[in-house]
Amino acid sequence: MDFINAIILLSNFVIVPSITYGSQLALGAIGVTLIYGVLRFANFAYGDLMAFGTMCVILFTWLFKSLGISLGILPTALLALPLGIILTIGVSLFFDRTVFKYYRNKKSSPVTFIVVSLGIMFVLNAVVRIIIGPNDIVFMDGSRFIISAVDFKETTGLLEGLTIKSTQVITLITTSITCFVLFNFLNKTKTGKSMRAYSNNEDLALLSGIDPNKIILITWIIVSILATIGGTLYGLDKSFKPFTYFNNLLPIFAATIVGGIGNPLGAFYGGFVIAFSEIALTYAYKKFIFYLLPFSSDSTNLIQYISTDYKFAISFAILVVVLIFRPQGIFKGKVI
Amino acid sequence: MHNIDTKTSFTIMGFLLLIVGILQSWGVAFSILNLCLISAVMSMGVNIQWGFAGLINFGVMGFLAIGGLATILVSVPPVIESWNVGGLGIIFSLLFLIFIIFLCLFINKRFSNAKYKYQIIFLIVVLTIPAVKLISGPSIKLIESINPAAQGYLGGLGLPIILSWFVGGIMSAAIAYVIGKICLGLRSDYLAISTLLISGIIVSVIKHEEWLSRGVKNVIGLKRPAPYEVNLQNSEWFIKMIETIRFWGPTTKDIIISSSGIFVKLCFTVIFSITLLILLYLSERAVNSPWGRMMRAIRDNETAAKAMGKNIVKQQLNIFMIGSAIIGFAGAMLVTYDGLFTPSSYQPLRYTFLIWVMVLLGGSGNNYGSILGGFVVWFIWIESAPIALFIINFCTFFLEYNNPIKLHLIESVPYFRYLMMGVGLLLVMRYKPEGLLPEKKISF
Repeated sequence: MDFINAIILLSNFVIVPSITYGSQLALGAIGVTLIYGVLRFANFAYGDLMAFGTMCVILFTWLFKSLGISLGILPTALLALPLGIILTIGVSLFFDRTVFKYYRNKKSSPVTFIVVSLGIMFVLNAVVRIIIGPNDIVFMDGSRFIISAVDFKETTGLLEGLTIKSTQVITLITTSITCFVLFNFLNKTKTGKSMRAYSNNEDLALLSGIDPNKIILITWIIVSILATIGGTLYGLDKSFKPFTYFNNLLPIFAATIVGGIGNPLGAFYGGFVIAFSEIALTYAYKKFIFYLLPFSSDSTNLIQYISTDYKFAISFAILVVVLIFRPQGIFKGKVI
Repeated sequence: MHNIDTKTSFTIMGFLLLIVGILQSWGVAFSILNLCLISAVMSMGVNIQWGFAGLINFGVMGFLAIGGLATILVSVPPVIESWNVGGLGIIFSLLFLIFIIFLCLFINKRFSNAKYKYQIIFLIVVLTIPAVKLISGPSIKLIESINPAAQGYLGGLGLPIILSWFVGGIMSAAIAYVIGKICLGLRSDYLAISTLLISGIIVSVIKHEEWLSRGVKNVIGLKRPAPYEVNLQNSEWFIKMIETIRFWGPTTKDIIISSSGIFVKLCFTVIFSITLLILLYLSERAVNSPWGRMMRAIRDNETAAKAMGKNIVKQQLNIFMIGSAIIGFAGAMLVTYDGLFTPSSYQPLRYTFLIWVMVLLGGSGNNYGSILGGFVVWFIWIESAPIALFIINFCTFFLEYNNPIKLHLIESVPYFRYLMMGVGLLLVMRYKPEGLLPEKKISF
């Protein structure tokens, strides 16, 4: 019984949150990695693109709410998601046409692209803050819990409760569908294959008649979809704050590089690696060990491996270790 | 577009500050000028790395924070009680850490071909973290329990604060050595990302190790290299000086108070200007020396420089350390000027990317350019709010004063600075990618 209690405790505080957080990171990391693979630069504006997409979704959610439209137990944001995606695609394509295209034609160095993406980062940062403000916004509605701790305890008779929030299930389902569709698109369809070919070897792809403009257009569309979905899921699960989204860029970058930059599947796993290590290393295992060991221990010092303050720092440290020992990433990405 | 002359551009900058002084107030003008000077030192540091050596360092925030930490470690008087209760534990765990580091380095070197070398080092590191926590935990708890409202940390050495600028530089250089060893071999975009993330680690350590820096509780009331307003207001000579300057008007208490504030800022201006000029002199000398030419050769063509027998790895590490030292120096200057250390205020947007905008906008590879960039960008950063307010009012003059759109726009005036920075950066990159004052091409 104690063993089951321990497992439930662990899933409640470590496994379920890390799967949720990992899915959100994975969606972001796939976006960054696709831009890196096809357009060949690290996009520092990605976090703010996520914020922009989420902002659009929130605005439409408010609009629907004021019109009295809702999805019942599901959050209204899911209904607003397609509209938000369309606006985000518009913004991405606008910046591609006005900014990135010029440097692409000039064949500028990756550093120039990074600097330009910094400029876009500033602009998007400002736009989001001017339109919706810098404050915390909770836009989650519908039912909050699928399983609440109290119900769980009553039905199973266990000491530990398991809470599953509806946002966690929504995150998991949406991520699964998105990734399933995306990987099928990349691996099965002709356009997806030509995208991968272009990412792999630009010259050869051009020689075999692949239209680069079409590839880049599709990449921006996919990236905007991923950014909006990832951002909205994160916002539903926690809350929306422009500054948090900018900060999330850092673990997303870590996940991208850990998984092997330019490799979508690697980015997917990288997101989970980062999320699991962040949450598992900072969780205080005192109660968990209390259930497993026959005697109760009071020396609490050792049980939490790293203090929760260093949650972000863990992902950065993993990145540094990966950079030293395996710079191409756990799953082989582009050659450095 | 013609290149603007260095002198003209700095004269224009001076006039802009004069206008601020006349229209707003002299206090505002001098505080902008002081932060312009500090920003100029920061962007000079980045310029040395990026402009001269082509190394992309997005870890500016981390080095600034280290410089800020140095001011505390040097200038704050030591908290004797904390040292008594926990000093020994802290020293012991630091020694232990140093021992582990040397052990790992030793294993790495001595058993360079051993099969399980990395696994063993990894195991040692994994076991070290709880061990250090076990050793230092009780002492940290004791230290943080001593007068937590005002102290709760070890304090510093109680030395003059100017000394901390140099200590900040040295500390930054030491950290830069470690970071450079890890990252400098990487491709440019990897270097950018990894330095950004490592600076995140540095800031989170400074933010959360309260025994060292008081963390998010901040350290306030740092010593100043300049006089204090209150002392000035009560001192005979100062009142007399103000009376002499204002011989045409009456000298009231209010005037004394406001002019004491300006006088303090003026003192800072003098100190910062001297510092900047010395750094500029040294940097110009370095750039025009054979060493500077070698750095530019490495930047422009690594392979050719290698073929000429230059040790690229070593030179890049050197310049990475020098640039970071200057950034750390500037970080200490900034905290000295503010008089307080707030670790939670270190955000990449303000302390990394803004400095980068300064360098790119001013002209990378040119010391004068980066200084001008520091001035212009900081000026816009501060003055963008009034400018934006003016533009909003101008563009929406046909709307009523309580129109919701107008009110919302006026409320979000502070964020227009990001917009201006972004648009400015994009425009410069597009139409004048070499910056306002481009690098001088030297021909023989």
